[in-house]
Amino acid sequence: MAKTEPELLSAGRQTAFLWPDPPEEDKYSVCVHCGFCLEVCPTYQEWKDENHSPRGRVFLIKEAAEGKLPLDESVIDPVFTCLDCRACETVCPSGVQVGALIEEARGQVHHAQPKTGMTGAIERFFLRGVFPHPKRLKALRGLMRFYQKSGLRTAARKTGALRVLPKHLREMEAVIPDIQPKAAIEALPERMPAQGQKKGTAALFTGCVMDVFFSDVNCATARVANRNGLEVLVPRDQICCGALQVHAGDREQARAMARHNIDVFERSGADYVIINAAGCGAALKEYPELFKDDPVYHDKAVAFSKRVRDISELLVEVGYEPPRGKVERTVTYHDACHLCHAQKIRSQPRELLRSIPGLRVIEMPDSERCCGSAGIYNLTHPEMAGALLERKMDDIPAEVDAVVMGNPGCMMQIRAGVHRRQADLDVLHTVELLDLAYQKEEKQR
Amino acid sequence: MNDAQLGRALTEILGERRVLYKPNQLHAYACDGYTARQALPRAVVFPETTEEVAAVVKLLHDNDIPFLPRGAGTGLSGGAIPLNGEVIISLVRMNKLLSVDFENLRAVVQPGLVNLTLTKRITGQGFYYAPDPSSQSVCTIGGNLAENAGGSHCLKYGVTTNHIVATKFVLPDGSVIDLGSPYGDAPGYDLLGLVVGSEGTLGIATEITVRILKKPEGVKTALAMFDRVADASDTVSGIIGAGIIPAAIEMMDQLAMQAVDKSNYHVGYPSDIEAVLLIEVDGLAAGVDEVMDRVVEICRRHHVRTVKVAQSEAERALWWSSRKMAFGATGRISPDYIVQDGVIPRTRLTEVLQRIAEISRESGLRIANVFHAGDGNLHPLICYDSRIPGETEKAIQVGSAVLKVCADVGGTITGEHGVGIEKLEEMRFMFSDDDLAAQLAVRAVFNPKDLCNRGKLIPQPSRCAEVRNARHIIEENWQIFGTFPEHARVLGPDEVGAQG
Repeated sequence: MAKTEPELLSAGRQTAFLWPDPPEEDKYSVCVHCGFCLEVCPTYQEWKDENHSPRGRVFLIKEAAEGKLPLDESVIDPVFTCLDCRACETVCPSGVQVGALIEEARGQVHHAQPKTGMTGAIERFFLRGVFPHPKRLKALRGLMRFYQKSGLRTAARKTGALRVLPKHLREMEAVIPDIQPKAAIEALPERMPAQGQKKGTAALFTGCVMDVFFSDVNCATARVANRNGLEVLVPRDQICCGALQVHAGDREQARAMARHNIDVFERSGADYVIINAAGCGAALKEYPELFKDDPVYHDKAVAFSKRVRDISELLVEVGYEPPRGKVERTVTYHDACHLCHAQKIRSQPRELLRSIPGLRVIEMPDSERCCGSAGIYNLTHPEMAGALLERKMDDIPAEVDAVVMGNPGCMMQIRAGVHRRQADLDVLHTVELLDLAYQKEEKQR
Repeated sequence: MNDAQLGRALTEILGERRVLYKPNQLHAYACDGYTARQALPRAVVFPETTEEVAAVVKLLHDNDIPFLPRGAGTGLSGGAIPLNGEVIISLVRMNKLLSVDFENLRAVVQPGLVNLTLTKRITGQGFYYAPDPSSQSVCTIGGNLAENAGGSHCLKYGVTTNHIVATKFVLPDGSVIDLGSPYGDAPGYDLLGLVVGSEGTLGIATEITVRILKKPEGVKTALAMFDRVADASDTVSGIIGAGIIPAAIEMMDQLAMQAVDKSNYHVGYPSDIEAVLLIEVDGLAAGVDEVMDRVVEICRRHHVRTVKVAQSEAERALWWSSRKMAFGATGRISPDYIVQDGVIPRTRLTEVLQRIAEISRESGLRIANVFHAGDGNLHPLICYDSRIPGETEKAIQVGSAVLKVCADVGGTITGEHGVGIEKLEEMRFMFSDDDLAAQLAVRAVFNPKDLCNRGKLIPQPSRCAEVRNARHIIEENWQIFGTFPEHARVLGPDEVGAQG
């Protein structure tokens, strides 16, 4: 992709951000440089370099916006090394929207300097080539299942063909879950009536990665919602939410996808849009930010995002029936960044877990610190992602037999950590455990 | 030595990944928590041992290159701003807890260890480190030593200097000395006392032995809301006059409450009260309830509107976060702020707050007040907008005027943030030229080439008096001009020297 020419040359104003939708002054001028963000930032904790701290990044973005720095490596590296985990936003007393600033700055870089090499190729292949296109996603899914089931995987592993891959990709290959024959979006009926007294209609957002790797989590989500009085709709023409595109700076592609989804879910007429992937949930709730300059879609995005709920959030909000089936396990809970920091959902998943008879939940230290997955960050920045994964694995209490969370990216990453350590640990979604407890309850009847 | 040679020499000592020297890697180090002035360092290095610090310092000393130590960069007086193109020696990678001696109440830490991290590491055994600056979740113990930091609990427990007993110290020529004594009082001159609060002008602490304390058995915290500031400040005097020494008494005014209530640390203060007090008592479990009852009674006697004792640890933590995050939360109500740090005799609080309110009215700049009321340590937060030409200068002048009031009523110009570059000229509110010359003479013994954090803490002697006079005339009459002409700014003392 060629470097795009600036569409907007700000007359009379010095700035390194020449393209539309730049980081906004109102957002970076809020930072008072107090530094409270430093110690919660995973990249600063690792490197201790101000360039890779939230206030450092905001400062560099401000310098570039004011034309004191060019849009070169000095800004680009720090902006792309950010995990976009938002831990800084949780602690920031001044309310700096670091995530939005980073995403807007990445948008400028996306225009100015299309990425080259391996990283660029990976990003373009997935972000423009596959995820936005349901058919291609389905084909990829099919290919992966074929790879797993045909004996190709066994052959590839035996012959050592995988050794051509970098270590972190080999690890990822090793932990890809067994791909189910059908994605949830195909397997689930379009309309699933509520059990018991109806509390509302919820349209299930099936997502891309979630439905390729964890379609069973989507099915569990639908069952649990049904079980608790929600009619579940599965709109067939929905597509990927665009979160990964936003994170990579491809805001135009993300907007195109968001428009499509907003229209699809508006037509569904559901009271809620339910989602079980933290990253996607945050992206859906932040659609208004993406359309802040769009006269038509801004209002639609606001209306849409008001209906979006994480599954744990919705169950607690409308009221759920505590399961009576016993799940005798000892687990710990990892707070996915986009659940705890971006959506401020911390107590609800824990409440659901505690409602399960027989389940022991042990808190993990620093459970809110990023595991290093961060969308496709673990593919683009394997060194930092690997270091953060090691710390996360160190923090998992010894006595647990499973780690529970609410985001597919974290699930893949922590599976890789479990594989690396040869640990005897399951990696589960909150909803899977709840679903299991309801299933056991059924059997007891 | 040119920049490339310097970069190579530093890299030889520390390796590629612990040296930043390319110009485009240095911008993030242009300032610390004081943003009103900025300058680029020549390089930033990240040593991890005393030996590495010494080797770097020796290299710089031998080549006459100025340098300064930097912790987390949360300082509020500009002590770590590289005005002379210094090499910044960042100590944040020296963040180990080297040893703990619980029985003798000592811990040895590297300077980059974050203040609260020390407490977190020893809290399991029932111990803690008492000095607790508001930025304790991020500021480092080395930085606390340099600034002689205070904190909310210093009313009862004393400031940093009361909690540091020894340090390994790299002198500005690269030699390494030991100061103080882990146990008992070291004979000879109190050089440890001298370097605590020396703001990085005498050398670099690389290993610090601190006192740790057993956590008090009982803690009670109350939040008291007052219709009038005068009642709140009378309450503070009343409590201390009654012979009670609380662990902390903190006050916030309405504007500060508004700022913090807009943040993630929302308490929900009424919009029509003038002041809120956060009062904490600690000690033996048996006595704490009774002392708190007396505190509540004293609040009532001074027309408190409501007073509430925290019913849970979560409630107490929220009240404390609300107080401790108040500086940063000022970003919610103003694009920029300068936080001042004056100390006054506690009994003059009401009067001084009135004078600060007058300064605010005259200048047109809003001032929020957050302070350690028990110590008389004020933190007026002067709100300004650096994008408006002249407003930064105006804010600096307002800060100076506030400090003049503090000095005039018998207080000082800094309680815990240090002088840095921010309050250099205000040192003259406190000291004569002879006083300052004596302090500079002490500095010259440690730092003869004046390479180590040059231009901080003590203003240069009275050479170029005419330049200073001119500056004074402008400063005292800036209101006449309305705003400063664009691009004009008040010269720093270092520049005054250079141009005079």
